Amino acid sequence: MKNAFIEIKNGAAIPRDEIPHLPFNRVRDLAVSHVKNGGKVVQFFGYEDQGTMKFMTVLRDDKLWAAGCDAPDSYPSMSCEAEPFHLFEREIAEQFGIRPEGHPWLKMVRYQPNERDLPDVFGNDYSEDIPGNYPYYQVQGDDIHEVAVGPVHAGVIEPGHFRFNCIGERVLHLEIQLGYQHRGVEALLKNPAPKRLPIICENIAGDTTIGHGLCMAQAVEALTGVTPDKGAKVIRVIALELERLANHIGDLGALSGDVAFLPPANYFGRLRGDFLNLSLLLCGNRFGKGLVRPGGVSFALDDEMRKILTDRLAELRPQVEHVLELLFSASTVRARFEHCGAVSREDADHLGLVGPAGRGCGLPYDVRRVFPTEAYTDIGIPENSKTTGDVDARAKMRYDEVIQSMEIIQSLITRPIETKPVMPGNYRLAPSSFVVTLNEAWRGEVSHCLLTDDAGQIQRYKVKDPSFHNWNGLAMALRDTGISDFPLNNKSFNLSYCGFDL
Amino acid sequence: MLNTLKNRFEQGYRTCNYPKEKPAVFDRYRGMPVIKPQAPEEVIAACADACPQDAIDAGKKNIDLGRCVFCGTCERLSKGEFISFTGDFEFSAAHRQSLVFDGSSLPDLAIHAKKHFKRLFGRSLQLRQVSAAGCNACEADLNVLATPFFDLARFGINFVASPRHADGIVVTGPISRNMKTALLQTYEATPDPKVVVAVGSCTISGGPFKGSPEIAQGLDSILPVDLFIPGCPPHPLTNLYALLTYFK
Repeated sequence: MKNAFIEIKNGAAIPRDEIPHLPFNRVRDLAVSHVKNGGKVVQFFGYEDQGTMKFMTVLRDDKLWAAGCDAPDSYPSMSCEAEPFHLFEREIAEQFGIRPEGHPWLKMVRYQPNERDLPDVFGNDYSEDIPGNYPYYQVQGDDIHEVAVGPVHAGVIEPGHFRFNCIGERVLHLEIQLGYQHRGVEALLKNPAPKRLPIICENIAGDTTIGHGLCMAQAVEALTGVTPDKGAKVIRVIALELERLANHIGDLGALSGDVAFLPPANYFGRLRGDFLNLSLLLCGNRFGKGLVRPGGVSFALDDEMRKILTDRLAELRPQVEHVLELLFSASTVRARFEHCGAVSREDADHLGLVGPAGRGCGLPYDVRRVFPTEAYTDIGIPENSKTTGDVDARAKMRYDEVIQSMEIIQSLITRPIETKPVMPGNYRLAPSSFVVTLNEAWRGEVSHCLLTDDAGQIQRYKVKDPSFHNWNGLAMALRDTGISDFPLNNKSFNLSYCGFDL
Repeated sequence: MLNTLKNRFEQGYRTCNYPKEKPAVFDRYRGMPVIKPQAPEEVIAACADACPQDAIDAGKKNIDLGRCVFCGTCERLSKGEFISFTGDFEFSAAHRQSLVFDGSSLPDLAIHAKKHFKRLFGRSLQLRQVSAAGCNACEADLNVLATPFFDLARFGINFVASPRHADGIVVTGPISRNMKTALLQTYEATPDPKVVVAVGSCTISGGPFKGSPEIAQGLDSILPVDLFIPGCPPHPLTNLYALLTYFK
């Protein structure tokens, strides 16, 4: 790896000609052996460069590694040897019509025709606009029954299709087909007007506005040579932790609701709103939209606001702690959480799970600790993980992280924060450059990757939401689990449909 | 049990008194804008040019609230000289065209052409939500209407699990190609008479994804829309205001 791939830094741009351009087989061999030895895939995607199809590979261990290669018309699939590639290979097959031969389960990702007008790898004709119009995996047998759910679900949630193969109450197999939310984000990000770029990125997944916004802003900053001031870096961390708090607390409320313990469901529901309102306090929007911009933040945090934030947190923290205690001390809750939907560490490792879902299975990876940016370089993020891999572990990860996030914000607002808000404006990106940014959003590793051409235009903008890694974790959790426990497991992952569908 | 009671006591009564009293929102919230048409032409032109949503028409000096994502770029750029956003969350429209706002006031939402809706649905309104390719923020801020602070159910309005049980659909998101059929089928499955509510910039105009061939450029190009609630996402109080004013 060391002699072939180049080591890159999170959020540092490099000229494209410094990225090693290797023969495809060499990239394949190195990538497979890297993953077999415990490494993980951050990005693996295709792009067209002056009429030639190419692949870019970004891998991680405790460092980040990158290499490029020309794309073959088809290639022996890596997924059979290194499972974390399996969805990346499907994505490339869908976007560019390049077939990974021998892929264990080659099916569409988002139900879209490929960009190059090549014959469809999956045999779809796309005249019918229904991603779920496809022969699902079926378990054969007299006693087997199937349950189909979605795309329109019973609650106020995003669309996706779930197909369960059950024997009695027991789920033998869950297949998840997404794509309903596909808005063509990556196509819109091909050289967008600079003024539109932040707006599009903030809306990839609204509940991860700050996570995706940070990846975008850091990438643009790297390509324009701008460094945000210290205050902006602090405000960004506060915003990212507020986002984590609101979502984790909302999830704990939803989990309470799914085990019919209604007091914490309602209290957490209300408390979540209080944290969303703190994001509104910072920037005027409950989801943090409009705050993070290339070069810094749009809004300063003056002493008066700092005092409101301090007072609100001092008031909310004991309430949150008491409701957490209420939830986790109830034996009826533990009876439902424990041993439900367990994913083994080994399976999680093979699937490449990230974020609280991965940490719940004993994979402690956290971008804030391993590849810190912003003010995280000065904050010691503890190594969090649980070992049981069940709903209980995923819930308790949130418990720990909620407390940590409140502590982080409280420690950051003890001192005055000075920043010069950035004004809307244009920028020129460095030509022929490459940058990868990673951030630990509340669901896990978000990553954006940009390639500029020799005129400084965005040639390829690749987005990866943590849900891209984690949906298969949910499918795995449901194996041999009662179908009535699906809502509980689903909430314990709470993955993004739109972040996945792009 | 004691713990449960202790928590209940600590939580107290949290439901807001809206619509009798307007809850306070933090100062930076960007609600209904104010337009100052006397602003210098070059300031107006600069705002129109910088608007990421191209929602401002410099010639007509108006802003399309159906396109606007309330990012505040124009307000910051013009230092409030042309457009400034107030803390007023009470705005919505019964017609798409009404959202093209020139600084006069929006048509009174309580007086609209479909007043029989108030008789039909004023005491009980059951809605089916269809999430059609948004970013999940509109969905989230509709969901919170069920939390104790807003408590939508006290007005006889509920989100239900099936279109068969619904009086109408509430649509969020820019309606992707892949979601269009499911949306239309949900609409068909809702019994007449029915209402259609468009929530958020994406649903009204395509929002941040405008121009993408993967989406519809506005729900009203597909279905007849009765109520438009602007925002990115609309504040829950805006949703509450719109539903109460239009139907109650």
